[in-house]
Amino acid sequence: MHEMSLAESILQIVEDAARTENCTRVKAVRLEIGQLANVEQEALRFCFDVVVRGSIASDARLEIIDIPGQGWCLQCSRSVPLAALYEPCPVCGGHQIRVTQGEQMRVRELEIE
Amino acid sequence: MCTTCGCGSGETLIGGRALRREARQGVHLHYRQPGAGQALGHQHAHAPGISESRMVSIERDILAKNNGYARENREYFSARGIFALNLVSSPGSGKTTLLVKTIQALNGSLPLAVIEGDQQTDSDAVRIRATGAPALQINTGKGCHLDAHMVGQAMQQLHLQDDSLLLIENVGNLVCPAGFDLGEAHKVVILSATEGEDKPLKYPDMFRAADLMLLNKCDLLPYLSFDPDLAVTNARRINPSIRAIRISATSGAGMDEWLAWIVSGCHGAAAARRQHAVVPATAVARG
Repeated sequence: MHEMSLAESILQIVEDAARTENCTRVKAVRLEIGQLANVEQEALRFCFDVVVRGSIASDARLEIIDIPGQGWCLQCSRSVPLAALYEPCPVCGGHQIRVTQGEQMRVRELEIE
Repeated sequence: MCTTCGCGSGETLIGGRALRREARQGVHLHYRQPGAGQALGHQHAHAPGISESRMVSIERDILAKNNGYARENREYFSARGIFALNLVSSPGSGKTTLLVKTIQALNGSLPLAVIEGDQQTDSDAVRIRATGAPALQINTGKGCHLDAHMVGQAMQQLHLQDDSLLLIENVGNLVCPAGFDLGEAHKVVILSATEGEDKPLKYPDMFRAADLMLLNKCDLLPYLSFDPDLAVTNARRINPSIRAIRISATSGAGMDEWLAWIVSGCHGAAAARRQHAVVPATAVARG
């Protein structure tokens, strides 16, 4: 359940931004989560709902933008889609793939008032 | 423990003493009780019914705070020539036995210290101290992984020597510790022969994060159906560059290669420190 730590980190980022922006309410929190990131989205949503209670983001919507996984196949010398870390290259079937996208976990933006 | 979600912030103990909260932000990160009020923000009056909604761009990594602490730890290690390893595995893979045997085999040839991570009890630190090596136990309470802030505090209490080895035994868990950089030089994942060869595929994040895989309990191979070559093949499907060493902490097989890898890492860290010694080392100041 490291999603609880992640939710706490998200809240801290939100609170820092809310302080900087002098806002009174956070209406939405928009995240970018890569398909290959080490996080379970449903668990993160559950933990987010728990940690924001009583905070400036207590009724904020959590929106998650999925970022597709992508890798560079060293054998094919080309970029390939990657739905999971253990997947082979869809072209050559090899596993010599360097992940190039889809591991990020970022707070992209907030809707505040 | 928090009764709403079961999380355990506030229960972390380092050497039996409570973890100091982070001074950097001055913000308590734990969840607030419903109705505790909004502590933050500068509340200003709005005309009733009128509110102005706007978007603000943040673009911040969720793990940025942990990564900041990890960076400080890494700078601390690098300034002192400390070779730090983060040992990760499922519970029961033999991490603590491996550490005990490693310390005994090094036989005082390197200054070293151990940070032990477990949810509860200090029995692992006690086992390490019995070898004569300094060890500090972090109890994460309900937490499922060590983070860089806990390790930063623990290593300050340990008074690490220059050009030493720091072995950090993470909480037994093949999932959560993968995402939390502690500032180590390498994550070392331990997979024991009593587990399945498909563990690297089932828990890919950890095998991707590690640079070295130790296949432990290889003395039991004659009695098991475990195929070590398949385990390595599976690990390399996730991480083509992962190095693998077959060992048995109990029989001592393969220990020489593991020890040589450690010694070479320690020499590298010490040499890098001497090379950078012209620049004065800056101490890590933490609250």
